[in-house]
Amino acid sequence: MTSPLAYRHSWFEATARHRVAGLVDAGSFAEILPPAVSTPSPHLAKLGLPGAFDDGVIVGHGQVDGRPVLIAAQEGQFMGGAVGEIHGAKIVGLLRRALREKPTAVLLLVDSGGVRLQEANAGLIAISEIMRAVLAVRAAGIPVLALVGGSCGAFGGMGIVTRLCSAIVMSEEGRLALSGPEVIETVAGVEEFDAKDRGLVWRVTGGKHRYLMGDCATLVEDDIAAFRAGAIATIAPEPAPAVATLRAAQQRLTERLARYGSYRDGLEVWAALGIADPTIVPMLERDALVALKEGLPT
Amino acid sequence: METLNFRFDSAPVPVAADAALCGVVGSGNLEILVRPGCEAAACAIEVKTSARGFGATWHAVLDAFTAAHAAGGTRIAINDMGATPAVVTLRLGQALSEYLGDAR
Repeated sequence: MTSPLAYRHSWFEATARHRVAGLVDAGSFAEILPPAVSTPSPHLAKLGLPGAFDDGVIVGHGQVDGRPVLIAAQEGQFMGGAVGEIHGAKIVGLLRRALREKPTAVLLLVDSGGVRLQEANAGLIAISEIMRAVLAVRAAGIPVLALVGGSCGAFGGMGIVTRLCSAIVMSEEGRLALSGPEVIETVAGVEEFDAKDRGLVWRVTGGKHRYLMGDCATLVEDDIAAFRAGAIATIAPEPAPAVATLRAAQQRLTERLARYGSYRDGLEVWAALGIADPTIVPMLERDALVALKEGLPT
Repeated sequence: METLNFRFDSAPVPVAADAALCGVVGSGNLEILVRPGCEAAACAIEVKTSARGFGATWHAVLDAFTAAHAAGGTRIAINDMGATPAVVTLRLGQALSEYLGDAR
């Protein structure tokens, strides 16, 4: 999945529209509620803030590798990809449409700090509706994939939504957690977490850490073509929901907390995973890291 | 936020089938939506901007653009988050060429 740098088109730097265009089979994407017929957020207008025509999310249908998919792509550059009322309603509507259309998969291109604080309760309700809708789509046997590699990562409510998905495709640049670094520092103090230490932030929330911990299924280079290939490789039939599966997952999480809960840094976790020299991890190329993980004791 | 409305005479362009959007409402950036307008030889522009008090600057930038480029017969909507005049002019050119790309 590694291509020469000169041919790469960064997912991290691309807008949501460019990501969608590069993810689907050429020319197959049709947007639902395109900017010309969409309404900007009325809440932002009341607060005297300019909205975006698409309210920061693009939804529609297209094909990936010849298979029909529904896609929602958040624009991280607009208000940190935060979920407001219209933004959330577009994602929920898309997920409900999936129940009717039964596509091969739903792809969520997550790039979001979570709830849009300016829309407070409407944003919180939207997040809970998205969570419920993701689970309903999965329960109907349709896999929901999260793709995380934008500058805002997947935090807050969208961090939860991402972990509710069937599988996650991430790049090293992507980040996934519940509370964002600045939130943790503000609430618990700089001794608890130094949000300015970017190395630390990535060692705790970044794509490589999430891949080593098994939170994301597929690690890809920061390249739109690599995300496309990663999504194609990761789409798998959705297993029927079962209590036994949930209990096993809960058991794994309980053991994980007991084993790593006291550590302060990804470096300590990676050492405990059996990596002889964890300090090399941040410098490894994607392929080398995947090989390293495959060689670890299970 | 400030909402500004302008109308400039401009050489007519063909009517495109689809609206064109370019840019993102991010810091120092803006999004521009170009749609068919009502008057063949005029361009109507609505600007919603986070930076108040720059009406004269917007008028100067948009007046210069619509004089230098054919933009008649279009209706342009802008959501702005503090883009500089140079960025505004570049994005306008980009949006208009995307709009006309569909008409040719």
